Amino acid sequence: MPCPYKNMTAHWTIDGVREALAARKISARELTREFFGRIAARNAELNAFLALSPERAYAKADEIDAAIADGELLPPLAGVPVAIKDVLSTRGTTTTCGSKILEHYVPPYDATAVERLEAAGAVILGKTNCDEFAMGSSNENSAYGAVRNPAAVERVPGGSSGGSAAAIAAGLAVVSLGTDTGGSIRQPGAFCGVPAMMGSYGRVSRYGLIAFASSLDRIGPFANNVKDVAAVLEVIAGRDANDSTSTTVPVPRYSEEIGKSVKGLRIGIPREYFGDGMDAGVRGKIEAGIEIFRKLGCELVDIRMPHTDYAIATYYIIATAEASSNLARYDGVRFGLRAKGDSLLAMYKNTRGQGFGAEVKRRIVLGTYVLSAGYYDAYYLKGQKVRALIAKDFLDAYLKVDAIVTPTSPVPAFKLGERTADPLQMYLADIYTVTGSLAGVPGISVPCGKIGGELPVGLQVFGPAFGEGRVLQLAHAFEAAGGATV
Amino acid sequence: MKISREDVVRVAELAYLELSEAELETYRQQVDDILEYIGKLNELDTSNVEPMAQVLSDDQSADATLREDVVVLCDVAAEILQQAPDPEGIYFRVPKVIER
Repeated sequence: MPCPYKNMTAHWTIDGVREALAARKISARELTREFFGRIAARNAELNAFLALSPERAYAKADEIDAAIADGELLPPLAGVPVAIKDVLSTRGTTTTCGSKILEHYVPPYDATAVERLEAAGAVILGKTNCDEFAMGSSNENSAYGAVRNPAAVERVPGGSSGGSAAAIAAGLAVVSLGTDTGGSIRQPGAFCGVPAMMGSYGRVSRYGLIAFASSLDRIGPFANNVKDVAAVLEVIAGRDANDSTSTTVPVPRYSEEIGKSVKGLRIGIPREYFGDGMDAGVRGKIEAGIEIFRKLGCELVDIRMPHTDYAIATYYIIATAEASSNLARYDGVRFGLRAKGDSLLAMYKNTRGQGFGAEVKRRIVLGTYVLSAGYYDAYYLKGQKVRALIAKDFLDAYLKVDAIVTPTSPVPAFKLGERTADPLQMYLADIYTVTGSLAGVPGISVPCGKIGGELPVGLQVFGPAFGEGRVLQLAHAFEAAGGATV
Repeated sequence: MKISREDVVRVAELAYLELSEAELETYRQQVDDILEYIGKLNELDTSNVEPMAQVLSDDQSADATLREDVVVLCDVAAEILQQAPDPEGIYFRVPKVIER
């Protein structure tokens, strides 16, 4: 059935949805149907969605339509179609984490972030593809096949939240949630050319997020513009009794902070993020992007962050150690896959051997090793100490500057299959994102032009802990000044 | 070489992970490369650095106060058992653990 709303644009915004609903140009049900239609048309090619939840979506849409008919005040995300990364628990909808070990797992509860989105009126379309247990930088580690990048379909969308980024870039959802442990929101945002943000560690409750590395995991939004990123973060942030690491730091009205002038703000440009190994096309766009901040009246400050070069090594100790512990729960007893075995131990080993993919097994081996007797001090403890030095680099920088600007990734989206042979080389490309993950600070990636008019580049803005408002304010000013087309 | 085949076998035992011969060698090689790279952390003197287990400071972290100890309804047993690979009644059944 053709959509009755004639001005159907490829990329809706939250404001656009609200206005169209209020003016009765379209109903929430019609809008939901439009998005399921788009997914049906594109998903065979892109593989961005792993599961859809039409019953849940239409029930919510009908609720919104009834509220409109009754003239009620609508919640902030009323009727907004959203997509959820498949590591976030959704009651009644399969949640696989991109893994065979959870192929048929249906959570009996919602993640807090999902619950808050829906309570704010959002329509949950379904679950997006990702690297298995969020371990990867290209989405090629999904047990359900790679996602294709809508900006260049022979290329990866980035990872691990590749499906959530691709869904926004292709117009298959208005906003989406991803998770970021070492760059898994920001890097796919950069590769697909959409704004993507992680708040400070503790800003968003992790309840219902299936754990990869608990001291690093964060949930955050992808959207078509920075204003929508701010609106979604505002909804999902805040203390949750079900996650003791979610903080009581008050949640500001981010959407009110973003319009403020950035004139006079000091932006740190860390020299260590502009060394060898950066693609020349990326460098050109980022330099042009930094020039925008100068024109906006920001003061650019040359800073040093001397431990940057140690961040990858530190990250892959800490993240894999925590993963090896978190993934111990997949034992074939209470949920998920169970393989045959003639003893309990054989059942455990076969279940895990058959259920996990190569990247997950590699990280369990590494993580178990760095925690094992005789190696704990040399690796895990050392990693925790260097993590403190990396966090101090950020604290020292924020004595001099209000925010830090860097590239999101040293390279643009690469071709499918191009980098799968050498895991270490894949890890090394996380260099600009893992630093902020280890330090716990908020970061956003915003579109910063396209190489050759085709391949998106992302510019990253880091703020101090709980300085999300400042990060969003700068990203919004950059976007408004034409950052996406430099 | 940082990690031997025996190390990988031992670690796989610790992690209850069944690995094929081919996997053992592949992961040994790849993890060895990664550990070789990680060795660069030894360039840093960290003897006076406190290890950092988590990033939140006291004034940022969740209220130190514990929640009130109240009974809340948590009637999810049936739903949870639905997800079990081999439930029986109110139990999770597993292969025999004790030999007679």
